[in-house]
Parts: sequence; C-alpha cells; structure tokens
Amino acid sequence: MPEKNQTNLQKIEELIELMKLNDLVELEIVDGDSKIHLKRPQAQPPSVTALPLVAPAVSQAASVPAAESAEAKPATDETEEFVEIKSPIVGTFYSAPSPDSEPYIEVGSEVEPETVVGIIEAMKVMNEIKAQLTGMITQIVVANGQAVEYGQVLFRVRPH
Amino acid sequence: MFSKILIANRGEIALRIIRACHELGIEAAVVYSEADKDLPYLQLADEAICIGPASPTDSYLSIPRIISAAEITDVEAIHPGYGFLAENAHFAEICQECGITFIGPTVQAMQLLGDKVEARRLAQKARVPVVPGSDGSIDNESEALKLANQLGYPVIIKAAAGGGGRGMRVVHNDMSLRSALGAARAEAEAAFKNGTVYLEKFIVEPRHVEVQVFADKAGNALHFYERDCSIQRRHQKLIEESPCPILDEHTREELCKAALRLVKQAKYVNAGTIEFLLDKDKKFYFIEANTRIQVEHPVTEMVTGYDLIKLQLQVASGQTIGLRQRDIMHSGVAIECRINAEDPLRDFAPCPGRVDEFIVPGGPGVRVDTHINQGCNIPSSYDSMIGKLIVHQKTRAEAITTMKRALKEFRIGPIKTTIPVCLDILSHNLYIKNKVDTGFVERHF
Repeated sequence: MPEKNQTNLQKIEELIELMKLNDLVELEIVDGDSKIHLKRPQAQPPSVTALPLVAPAVSQAASVPAAESAEAKPATDETEEFVEIKSPIVGTFYSAPSPDSEPYIEVGSEVEPETVVGIIEAMKVMNEIKAQLTGMITQIVVANGQAVEYGQVLFRVRPH
Repeated sequence: MFSKILIANRGEIALRIIRACHELGIEAAVVYSEADKDLPYLQLADEAICIGPASPTDSYLSIPRIISAAEITDVEAIHPGYGFLAENAHFAEICQECGITFIGPTVQAMQLLGDKVEARRLAQKARVPVVPGSDGSIDNESEALKLANQLGYPVIIKAAAGGGGRGMRVVHNDMSLRSALGAARAEAEAAFKNGTVYLEKFIVEPRHVEVQVFADKAGNALHFYERDCSIQRRHQKLIEESPCPILDEHTREELCKAALRLVKQAKYVNAGTIEFLLDKDKKFYFIEANTRIQVEHPVTEMVTGYDLIKLQLQVASGQTIGLRQRDIMHSGVAIECRINAEDPLRDFAPCPGRVDEFIVPGGPGVRVDTHINQGCNIPSSYDSMIGKLIVHQKTRAEAITTMKRALKEFRIGPIKTTIPVCLDILSHNLYIKNKVDTGFVERHF
C-alpha cells in the first residue's frame, strides 16, 4: 500500500529531523504492535545511561550502522569522538551558582579536571560537579532546574 | 490517600507494592540500580529513577540517594519494602525530617524493637513470655558463665543489634562459651556496628511461629493470625505456612493476644510480625519483633483474604484499619515456597545469570509473586530469592498436593533453584506428619 508507506516515510523523516535538532543518537517509539527504532552512527563505544521511564518509551544509547533507518545521514563531526560527563548522584541540576549568575560553562567552553561544570542539589546540599577531564564542551544535554538521576548524561565533551 | 509514593526497594517486593499502589490509584515511583535496569517491573512503575551502580551501599542502602530520588519525584511517602533500609530507624527519621511519610512504624518503635535486648524487656513488661535468659546484655565472661550454668546448657549467644538469623551462636558447655563469646562480639561489631550480646536458653527443636500484627495511628491493634516458619536453613526461611498445623485454639488465642500486648506496649503502628519459639510442650516464648512487612506476607493474605500492602498504604496515609478483630477470619491452609537462585547440590551456592526458561505454574489455588521472566538477568549483587510460590487450599493435605504439582510445573533454567529441595521437603514423612522443627532441614538435607 503505497500511501501507507508514504506516510511512514514522512513520519520517519520527521523523526530524523527531531533527532538531529535535539542531537539524539537513538530513538525508539513503541505504539501498540508497531515499533520505530532509529540510530545515528557515531564513533564512540556505547555508554550506559539511564533515564526516568515516561510514556512513550524513549531511550538514549549508542550507535549501530544507519542501514535500519530510511534516511539517516552519517554522524557529523560534532558527534564523533566525544566523552560524556554523567551525573554521579540523584538530584536537581543547576547550570549556574545562583539564579542570577552566569552559567558555569557553555558550548565551546574549555574545561579541565577541576573545572566546575554545574551543581546538583540533593537533600538541600549543593554538590559541585567537576569535569574530571580536559576538553571542550560540545553539548549541554541537561536544562537548568532539571531532575537528574544517577548516570544521566549532563554534557558532551570533545577531549584533548 | 497518597497520590504518589516512592518504592525504595527492588525485585518482587517492589513489584508487589506497585500493584497495591495501582489498585489504590496511587502513582508509584521506583528506584533502581544499574544492575536492575532491564527488569520488566520498572516498565510498570509510573516513574523509575536510577540511583546508583550495582553495589547496594551506593544504591538501595544509600539514604541520600533514595531521599534525593524522593525529592525529584516529588512523592509524599516512601515504602521501604523488606530488607535494605526497611528496619533502619535512622532512615525513617530522615524521612520524617524531610517531610516524607515513612510507610511503617514510628522511629521510636523501630529503635525500641530493633534492639533485641530492649525488645525482650518490653515483652516482659507486657507480660509476654520470653525465653529464659540474661536480664539485659552480657558484659563479661564470668557473668555469661554464671548465667549459662543457671539456665542449663545449651544456651545461645545473640547480638542485640542482630536479627533475621544473623549474629547467633549456640554453645553446649563452659569451654565453648568462653571461645564463642569473644567471636560473637567481634562478629556483631563487624556486621551491625554494635558488639552488644545477650544470652538465652537454647530451646531444643522448637517450631518457629510468628504472628502478623497491624496497628493504626488511632491505636487500634489487630492480628491476622500466625504463620509457621519452621522450615529454615541456616536461619533463612524456606517454606512457610498458615495456620500452624499443631496449634490448638486456646494456644493460638493466647499467642495472638500476647503479640497484641507487645504491639500496644511499643505503641506500634502499621504492619509488623512478632516471632515466637514453640517448644515441645507447646509453650511459646517471644524472640524478636520484625518492624516491617515480611517476605512471607502472602501466606497470611491467602488465609485471611486481606491485602496487607494496601492496608499498609491506607494506615500510613492516616486512615484507620477499618476492621474489628472479629472481622478477620482464617480459612483453609496456605503454604509458600521461596524460590531461590541457589544450587542445593553445591551447598546452596548462589546462581546468578540469565534465565532462559521461566515457565510459571498456574491453576486453582496457585499464586506466584515474582519479578522475573524469561530473558531476565539475575544479578550477583543481591540476595538470591527470585520469587515466591504460594498455594491455598481447604486442607493441608490438598495444599501440599497442589504445591507439589505447582513446583513440578515451575520451569526455571539454566540456573539452579531450590525447587527440588522444596519438593523433597514436602514429600518427607516428618513434614507431612507435622513433626518438624527449625533444625529439620539441616538434619535431613
């Protein structure tokens, strides 16, 4: 049924755009019996992340060749060779030391192991999160005020 | 009633609590460690929060991580399940300080009953018979020797901060008492951060009989009858049943009344279990109180028809139990077999790993509480219990028949489980004729 294939293709194209816009590496949508699973290739080995499970099921993980998806393009330079900074605890992420300060870092910032990249508040204690590596921030994955769990990706860094 | 709670536990009890929540219209958030990330019950929760790596210290036992998870999921209460932080009074205290309801007893009741020496004192105050033993802790060897000879050997050295079968040593004479005392203290210090020990007369070949109790914040205290948990291996229960098959009505009534006296003395709230030993003359003696819901709670649910987890949630949210003692009746016989991922032929060594085959039994009178299904991985970081098989029939003979049938139907592989041992026990003449005691399994298997 060509019409259905056309609609499916359109849907997939929209999903791919969504992925690129939000720099998602993998997307899976389960709807009753049907499932769409898209992955963008990247050079890095898989890293385990865990997210709160909310409907619909969306997961972030590492890559596999683009053969499965209808029109996924190979990863751009920005998504190759990156290391993730993950949350070591559970809490609320803040990007700046206080509501009216400048954020600790932004895309393009250079970081070193001791650089504070954000704060995670847990049980009223503000925990400074350090980069623990040397490199350049290529992506800020979490938003200010967002709840984060253990292992959740906060930033992507191109290591030096 | 709560609108959302956090379940600070894992595995089958986490799933059990999710189910009760959903029937009461409560949203269930659940924590998990990385080792548990693929377990299917997480999909049933309304929210699942990863709190740490596999190690229990950095996940299910970590108070800050659990409280943080409660904060970001914005829950009103936490259900601690059993094990982990369920009997940790400090955790309950922190919940209180953070404005989160702890689904269980008060901090004071947990502190009082969690100290086995204090619990004994409280029982004596409540005119509950206790095992003859030391009046408080034993602080030196000469004290221990004097008392042991007064009581008559054998005696048992127990850790005040212990429980659940840990930190106990039986000694038969002065010489072994001398050597065991120091070792028991050191073990207690290492395991419970408290080296205090006390002494009790060792009851020979006792039955373990416990009473399920429940109290609400208005001071109503009820019992849901008793369970017999004599089938144990190294103090870990393997098979439980209700009612206790050798108890006459009079002793049952006295036992349950005694349990309630202790509940009232301790100003206890929510679910709890009062454990007793029954000696050969059917005299009962209090040994300890468990300030939590227990693994074997389904046995009581089957014979009384009440959902104890729902009751916990209702009571914790401020509702009264809404029942009178005479509303609670027991009917028929229920038996539970714990299904552990252990190899009986290798001294019950744990068998973590992937479960490729998992076929659950069914049919009339059969209930299975498990979080595992085919394809699941059993992590090595946690205890080996992977499920509970419970049956309920009108008579004990029928319950045993159904349990054996269900155990044979239950296919778990390639990991080894305790299913064959349970089958052997249920077929044993002594078990069938009710001539067992807490040493039965170790003597015969």
